[in-house]
Amino acid sequence: MLHENERDLRETILRISAVDVRKCMKCGKCSGSCPAYEQMEYHPHQFVAMVDNGDIQALLDSDASFKCLTCYACTERCPRDVRPARLVEAVRLLKIRKQGQNHLKPDAIPAKLEAELPQQAIVAALRKYSK
Amino acid sequence: MNYSYYPGCTLKTKAKELDRYARSSAEKLGLHLEELEDWQCCGAVYPQAEDEIATKLSAVRALAQAKEKGGKLVTLCSACHHVIKRVNLDMQNNEYIRTRVNNYIAPDAPYAGETQVLHYLELLRDELGFEQLKKSVVNPLKGRKIAAYYGCMLLRPAEEMGMDDPENPKILEDFLRALGAEPVLYPYRNECCGGYIALEDKGQARQNVDKILHSASLAGAEAVITACPLCLYNLAQNAGKERLPVLYFTELLAEALGVKEEA
Ligand code: SF4
Ligand code: SF4
Repeated sequence: MLHENERDLRETILRISAVDVRKCMKCGKCSGSCPAYEQMEYHPHQFVAMVDNGDIQALLDSDASFKCLTCYACTERCPRDVRPARLVEAVRLLKIRKQGQNHLKPDAIPAKLEAELPQQAIVAALRKYSK
Repeated sequence: MNYSYYPGCTLKTKAKELDRYARSSAEKLGLHLEELEDWQCCGAVYPQAEDEIATKLSAVRALAQAKEKGGKLVTLCSACHHVIKRVNLDMQNNEYIRTRVNNYIAPDAPYAGETQVLHYLELLRDELGFEQLKKSVVNPLKGRKIAAYYGCMLLRPAEEMGMDDPENPKILEDFLRALGAEPVLYPYRNECCGGYIALEDKGQARQNVDKILHSASLAGAEAVITACPLCLYNLAQNAGKERLPVLYFTELLAEALGVKEEA
């Protein structure tokens, strides 16, 4: 039996990602395609399996979702149209939507500025790492 | 033919050349781009979560305005294109999102994805035609070996982006051929440059960039072209051993059309 809290978290992730984890046939093609494989503590196919099993707290405690590049390679190559990137995004959102849990704070931006850094990078990073 | 045009923030700042060369080239080709009024930043990343409404509004505002002005919206930055194209599909196909967005911005007539979103490359391929483009070239880029870098945003998810085959794209190579250049094929042209990860972990971006540039250089490329300011930044600034000049595709276009100097 899942803890009530984890059951709720699992429901939220399934609802906002609109992913049907049961479609996964565990072929691993998503993780085989992932350019952030080395950096992600949990790989895309593990996000699918862990959400399916309700193993949500481990995903939330990990920084794996911050290492994802949102490149959609996993989504494109999945033969079952599972779209693992949406699960990674849902986990990331659950982390940063919590009051005070922004991963990148606007105060940290000035130190990261470089002459050639495009505005697009800052906007994208803030959208991905802070709410 | 008149088209609404959405430049996006970065094309007004760090990526002015991407925009400038696109405008002068379009003019030369008889394609009339009219910049939307009061457009807002698209947000640079597509909000994937079903319950994200606020982050989709700016794209819808641009789309709704373009609908009133003829119904064709041209984008240029890969990220803007990606976001606006996918939000448009949400407005067509996702009733939950469509209803909430329309309730929020309360347009005169509800917006339901009527606008056609065209990337500048699609404008050249599908509206003008690469054959026609070829006829307008005055300085063919003979003997120039160029690697087209697609990255992620233009191609994936292909089901939604609908631009090209995501594993074996050819729109940029066909574009280069039309300009008289020699496209160089290399395996990493649709691999991710790291994107926004440069702000989180530069080493991770560097790793990706090294693989891409090594792959392009092994294939004999003398330069790389892209449609994305963030790709250009990563490929040019976060490169390690392997380095190649990185240009916006519109710069080569303007050069071939003989309008580079006046741009
Ligand atoms: S979207 Fe994220 S998880 Fe999927 S392949 Fe790309 S980096 Fe990996
Ligand atoms: S590619 Fe699709 S089906 Fe295969 S393991 Fe990944 S999510 Fe499951």
